[in-house]
Amino acid sequence: MPVTTSGSRSILICSGKGGVGKTTLTANLGIALARQGMRTAVLDADFGLRNLDLLLGLENRIVYTAQEVLSGNCRLDQALVKHKLEPNLALLPAGNPRMLEWLKPEDMQTIVGMLRESFDIVLIDCPAGIEDGFKNAAGAAEEAIVITTPEVSAVRDADRVIGLLNTRGIKPIQLVLNRVRPKMMANQEMLAVDDVTDILALPLLGLVLEDEQVIVSTNRGEPLTLNGSGSPAAQAYNNIARRVCGEDVPLIDPAKVRRGLRAKLGRLMQTKIF
Amino acid sequence: MTLRDFINKLLGRQPASATTAKQRLQLVLAHDRSDLNPELLEQMRREILEVVSRYVEIDIEEGDVSLETEDRVTALVANLPIRRTKPLPQQESKPDGDVPGEADPVWTASQA
Ligand SMILES: Nc1ncnc2c1ncn2[C@@H]1O[C@H](COP(=O)(O)OP(=O)(O)OP(=O)(O)O)[C@@H](O)[C@H]1O
Ligand SMILES: [Mg+2]
Repeated sequence: MPVTTSGSRSILICSGKGGVGKTTLTANLGIALARQGMRTAVLDADFGLRNLDLLLGLENRIVYTAQEVLSGNCRLDQALVKHKLEPNLALLPAGNPRMLEWLKPEDMQTIVGMLRESFDIVLIDCPAGIEDGFKNAAGAAEEAIVITTPEVSAVRDADRVIGLLNTRGIKPIQLVLNRVRPKMMANQEMLAVDDVTDILALPLLGLVLEDEQVIVSTNRGEPLTLNGSGSPAAQAYNNIARRVCGEDVPLIDPAKVRRGLRAKLGRLMQTKIF
Repeated sequence: MTLRDFINKLLGRQPASATTAKQRLQLVLAHDRSDLNPELLEQMRREILEVVSRYVEIDIEEGDVSLETEDRVTALVANLPIRRTKPLPQQESKPDGDVPGEADPVWTASQA
């Protein structure tokens, strides 16, 4: 069950393993939350390989970044890039990769603290790995969403990250399972949803199916949640946003996504017999 | 075991890859979480067997010490089939010797 806290929230979006969908989730969830009326800031904490600006289609509108805010060369509101179509959403872009040389967890706390003064929710797009970039970002968050795919390496890395988040007292930690392929799951050629949630022992915040529209939308720099797309991934991101806000939205059942005789057989074959 | 696993087994086929994935993950995570590498675990296994075999005769070959994990709690599980109990060592200074697990230093010394 998703948990809500009162007041402004800071949520870390992390995975351990790279390329599992953190930035895509941050962009889509950010837009979806903004559309629900939440004043939402997305912070690109991946200073080495920033991409959040690109996924949001805001790359040409960046003037200042978190770096200038921290060094006092500009005000926070000068650096924030508001989305034209969704003014409830603002991006604080990552600075120069050289920032990594001096950036400390306190700096991230300062930035997030400033954002929380004017936003209801701050989403922090975390870099891959568990090194300094992760530690800086994690130090500024109260809650976390761990995203993983149903693959052994991603689940293992997610487990590492969950251990680190636990020791930091970050709570709640919720799970998003990305790139789910119902057909492979039905054939037991992909870890089942229950397998992953059992192993990681986290509440499931959402399931996102493998969806070509994700790529189409990143090509355009228009998150799926922006244009009212009804694609499976768009629905999943919208549902995740509603759950983050405390709404009780039922999870999709990947087995029910497929219809017909083959799907029925697949379900039968998954029956636990002992 | 799922119906598919069962049928695969009957037909002598490999289990579905998701089943293998889950088993491999559970094992590797138990090690990751406890920060014990297989070498340390093996050393611990040998030492545990050594201690236990002072008290009871166990099947060294069958003896198994492994890590299991559930709900993020990792447990060290020992499965040590006992062949027979060894004659109890004399319990000199302990009339009711009911302190399980506490090695009696006097006795340990006399065994060495
Ligand atoms: N549900 C999905 N369906 C199809 N493709 C997806 C899905 N989610 C993510 N992808 C694709 O996976 C790739 C990686 O996504 P993304 O950049 O969001 O990952 P990341 O975790 O932020 O990566 P990094 O660790 O490099 O920051 C992208 O090409 C993206 O389009
Ligand atoms: Mg990213």
